[in-house]
Amino acid sequence: MDRQAVALSLRLSLATMIVLLVVTTPLAYWLGRSRRRWKVLVEAVVALPLVLPPTVLGFYVLLAIGPRSPIGRFYRSITGELLPFSFRGLLVASVLYSLPFAVQPMMVAFAQVDARAIEASWMLGEGRLGTFFRTVMPMSLTGIVTAAVLSFAHTLGEFGVVLMVGGNIPGETRTVSISIYDHVQALEYDAAGETALFLLAVSFTVLAVTYSVQRRVWAAWPGP
Amino acid sequence: MRIAAAADLRFALEELLDLYRRDHPGVEASATYGSSGTLFSQLQNEAPFDLYLSADLSYPRALREQGLVAPDGVFPYAVGRIVVWVRDDSPIDVERLGIEALLDPSVRKIAIANPEHAPYGRAAVAALEDFGLYERVRDRSVLGENIAQTAQFVQSGSADVGIIALSLALAPDAGGRYWEIPAERHPPIEQGGAIMRWAADPDAARAFVDLMLGTEGVELLSRYGFEQPR
Repeated sequence: MDRQAVALSLRLSLATMIVLLVVTTPLAYWLGRSRRRWKVLVEAVVALPLVLPPTVLGFYVLLAIGPRSPIGRFYRSITGELLPFSFRGLLVASVLYSLPFAVQPMMVAFAQVDARAIEASWMLGEGRLGTFFRTVMPMSLTGIVTAAVLSFAHTLGEFGVVLMVGGNIPGETRTVSISIYDHVQALEYDAAGETALFLLAVSFTVLAVTYSVQRRVWAAWPGP
Repeated sequence: MRIAAAADLRFALEELLDLYRRDHPGVEASATYGSSGTLFSQLQNEAPFDLYLSADLSYPRALREQGLVAPDGVFPYAVGRIVVWVRDDSPIDVERLGIEALLDPSVRKIAIANPEHAPYGRAAVAALEDFGLYERVRDRSVLGENIAQTAQFVQSGSADVGIIALSLALAPDAGGRYWEIPAERHPPIEQGGAIMRWAADPDAARAFVDLMLGTEGVELLSRYGFEQPR
């Protein structure tokens, strides 16, 4: 098994998960609780990576962050480096790729929080942030855990986007799925099989844990 | 030192890298394989490779014209050959049938590399056209992303026969039987490389090129069926 690729994939998935939780929580809250009509457009944009082929997403990301793009030039002028074919570039691509997997479970969870609980918190003198952390978050924990686990697992399995943006560099952008693809082309079926089995086991475990967490909460909390 | 290498080098280059690591234990050297065209487009986006080993000299030359190559960085290193290749257990007697093996009634799928971006795919199509067979086999052909994937299609049994690089057919673990397509049936596959302008360690890259073009390198490449450029 390609340990370097496994370590890289775990690092990438963890980083993507953390970035997504931080960045998308306010977005998911707004989507879940806002009554504005045009929010459906934002919802549609967020869900796009579910439908788009990863190659399309990867192609646009490559154009957007490449050395000839404004973003790429700006990034280079600050850091002196390039985004494509680097770990940070992969992180940018993975965050976009796994966006719906973080936003949607949290959005659903936030939408289900009883408005009366939020108003009661306000009445008792909590501010908006305090209300979010002390009332909304504890009541939406399942959704947040699901978002974390799914964005982690989905990033672990990404292939097409990494192939377009990553460039298959050992220790930098060669993730588990790319390593499997590489082993198969080198006719190293044993190595490919080991890594594939590892990925299968991790994915199954992650999903089994997610569903058991969800089930426990549904059982303890009868629906409306 | 990072090398972006055409997929036909997949086995030969690993041996060259072993030699290189023996002589330069301090340098961490690794290779990434793909079709020459895919790697070319990545290098146009300044992918962080020090050395590019293409299966087609025209790609390194194009990079030089775009100002992406180090001074005196372009070099030819080999001439490749293509073969008609079947698995060991195939009923097709490829050594006797030659190119006619593609027309065997048992053949349902023929693997070639994608001629859009794989030089070995272009050579295969040119040879098929020269034999006047291209239109007859076209609807049965499946395209590999690069020449190693093309070999893998045949090796896994997904395709019955393939046109692949001699260097892959000669790999120790490849197995299989083959018939060499005569070199005059297609434009020569002149393989060339380039040291990139942004190479992190240009000296290490040059040392590798010297090894590859030196006696030991030439001997190793010829074992994998590569001829020397004229």
